[in-house]
Amino acid sequence: MISVENVDLTFETNDGPVHALREVSLEVKEGDFVSFIGPSGCGKTTLLRVIAALESPTTGNVSVNNMVPDDARKAREYGYVFQAAGLYPWRTVSGNIKLPLEIMGYSSAEKEERTKKVIELVELKGFEKKFPWQLSGGMQQRASIARALAFDANILLMDEPFGALDEIVRDRLNGELLNLWARTKKTICFVTHSIPEAVFLSTKIVVMSPRPGRITDVIESSLPAKRDLNIRDSSEFIKIAQRVREGLKAGHLDEDL
Amino acid sequence: MNAYLILFFLVWIGGWWINIRLSHVEQSRFTKVLIPALFGLVVLFMWELIVIGLEVNPVLLPAPTAIIVKFSNSLSILWIDFVQTLIKGALSGYVLGCGAAFLTAVAIDKFDFLKRGLLPLGNFVSALPIVGMAPIFVMWFGFDWESKCAIVVVMVFFPMLVNCVQGLELVDHSRQDLMKTYNASYTETLLKLRLPSAMPFIFNGLKICSTLALIGAIVAEFFGSPIKGMGFRISSEVGRFALDMVWAEIFVAALAGCLFYGLIAFIERRITFWHPSHQK
Amino acid sequence: MKNFLGNSNIIPISVIVFFIVAFWYLAAIPMNSEKVSRQFKNLTFKEHVDKSWNLKKPKLPTPHQIVNEIIKTTFYKKINSKRSLVYHGWITLKATLAGFILGTILGILLALGIVHNRAMDFSVMPWVIASQTVPILAIAPMIIVVMNSVGVTGLLPKAIISMYLSFFPVVVGMVKGLRSPDQMQLDQMKTWSATQNQTLWRLRFPSSLPYLFASLKVGIAASLIGAIVGELPSGAISGLGARMLAGTYYGQTVMIWSALFAAAILAATLVFLISFLQNYTLKKMAIVR
Repeated sequence: MISVENVDLTFETNDGPVHALREVSLEVKEGDFVSFIGPSGCGKTTLLRVIAALESPTTGNVSVNNMVPDDARKAREYGYVFQAAGLYPWRTVSGNIKLPLEIMGYSSAEKEERTKKVIELVELKGFEKKFPWQLSGGMQQRASIARALAFDANILLMDEPFGALDEIVRDRLNGELLNLWARTKKTICFVTHSIPEAVFLSTKIVVMSPRPGRITDVIESSLPAKRDLNIRDSSEFIKIAQRVREGLKAGHLDEDL
Repeated sequence: MNAYLILFFLVWIGGWWINIRLSHVEQSRFTKVLIPALFGLVVLFMWELIVIGLEVNPVLLPAPTAIIVKFSNSLSILWIDFVQTLIKGALSGYVLGCGAAFLTAVAIDKFDFLKRGLLPLGNFVSALPIVGMAPIFVMWFGFDWESKCAIVVVMVFFPMLVNCVQGLELVDHSRQDLMKTYNASYTETLLKLRLPSAMPFIFNGLKICSTLALIGAIVAEFFGSPIKGMGFRISSEVGRFALDMVWAEIFVAALAGCLFYGLIAFIERRITFWHPSHQK
Repeated sequence: MKNFLGNSNIIPISVIVFFIVAFWYLAAIPMNSEKVSRQFKNLTFKEHVDKSWNLKKPKLPTPHQIVNEIIKTTFYKKINSKRSLVYHGWITLKATLAGFILGTILGILLALGIVHNRAMDFSVMPWVIASQTVPILAIAPMIIVVMNSVGVTGLLPKAIISMYLSFFPVVVGMVKGLRSPDQMQLDQMKTWSATQNQTLWRLRFPSSLPYLFASLKVGIAASLIGAIVGELPSGAISGLGARMLAGTYYGQTVMIWSALFAAAILAATLVFLISFLQNYTLKKMAIVR
């Protein structure tokens, strides 16, 4: 599905070169739920953006659905969800969801049908005609996710979508996201800096560290595919969380400079 | 000390006292209009009383009542002047100038080099006394409204251009990235994201330019005009010391300015209803 | 936006200015051709172009003609001669500065009143805002003539016009600025039992400086325009506005343009000075780094 081979990315900034990604290699299989976790500057967002063809690696190869990322972008193979919902305040909720559909040239009937389907999926029924600023943060994010699901991309790239929400809302949305994943069977790449979130959601956890940005551990989760929030108290969960924590600490110790 | 002056002070103190009381009451939309209206009325009263009480020469400062009388007697002249200056001169220049600026902003949007060069120049030109070009335009376009229209075009072009370019630039980065993930074309991104997003700036420019257009058209006429037009009337009536007519013209100008600005603000509220500044 | 020197935009700006000048020279040819044909006969193309660029009373003077005129009337005339651009520029500048300083002081005072007094806020502020939509400059001739008739001539009437043109932007800007500290900072002051005065000097006033400087730039440009327009009614004897008008009466187009350029240079210098002051002050206060 997604294959990252030896990717290196250095940014030229005013304060000198920043080594954002160093020798990053990764395989994501179809139907995986992969979390990228690490502190600020570890390159997790940069890696997601490379996969999305919003950044270009300095060296290395990336293939998405057997295409170069930019071709995958042109073929609209993935949906992207940003941390800030980024909904257009001048469009209603359904107007926002229709935005990608308009650009991709779907017919009116299809637009209506898909919008309806996806609004039900994220449980925003009844809010179609509301404007984003009339919704709570959690609802705005749900609309943003709906927008990413509206067209037929089987990959979902999510950059800390729940980072701006409080923990209670976040727990609820985590549960809803897992349900969605089970129903739609998409491949999801999810960036977060919350350890419980990463462990709860994923089938595979990629631990990253900064300076330079690199992968310090890849954990195949032993948790069952069907889970609920109670699983966070199980010993298996705690073990995996500990392993993540170790990976983060290790990365912290061998930073260069 | 005559009765009028005593009344003057009474009205002043009384009016001020009422406004102080009103200001400390819980505010509603009604009070927000009432207090400044009351203030304005009190000022008018005081003006009237002082002119009568101190027996001010009406040639220097006419009383409000005299102005109102002159206004109602001169409606046809005022209307002709209004059409000449504000409709033919200011409005045409405004539409042409702002339209051209908007189109230019969209045209140079793709060319960073042009933007980096024109934007500082635009800011520079906006601070210059463009009205001074009035005599030059009269020489090129004649005495009539065309030269006034030209002045207005030059006056409004650069402030509007700067605002439009800024508005098109200041688009949320993640929203632009989102458009990239949809593989949207330049035109689609422009129409669906950047133009709606730029509306607050575009309207800010339109509002600023509305006053500039009015000033430009009127002041340009000080430099030469056929025998009609608000600027012409003001300078000629001033020469004849018929100040009540001058004040009547100024009143028309002030009214036109407020209404025009208000109209633009009204349209702005409908189109940019989503902007945080319009929400409580 | 206004740091001309050491700015990466110098190249695009220079290129555009170059093209503007080139276009100007090209435009002068068709625009002046009627006058050239009337005055001279049987010219070659090159001679025609040369004459277009050097007419005595051209329809469109060329940059070098204007620059020459400016140099001639600036450096080669006695400073207090009636033909010196410096003399006229100084007359206009005096009125501009006087009006600007008065307008700024009064504007700040009114802003302080509005921010600290509810009755003033509700009564006066709506009128100040409304006045921004009114073409106030239309009153200029009246002010000049009325004041002249009671014996007040020269600098003061023009300064009064400049004053009320800079007054309103300063009021609006200062009110915004004095109100700019957020509720958190105001609450902090309350917990220290600060008096209104202390809050004013230590919090509100420093926070208002960026807004004040922005208004000062608008104000000084407006003051200059006010002074120039104020020179028109009184028979146009001295000042840059007067010179522009005199140019129209005598058909001396180069004189008009040179006065216009002088006014533009004056405006640019004044705004630049305020920008400079702004950067210096704000850097010292570490609002800008």
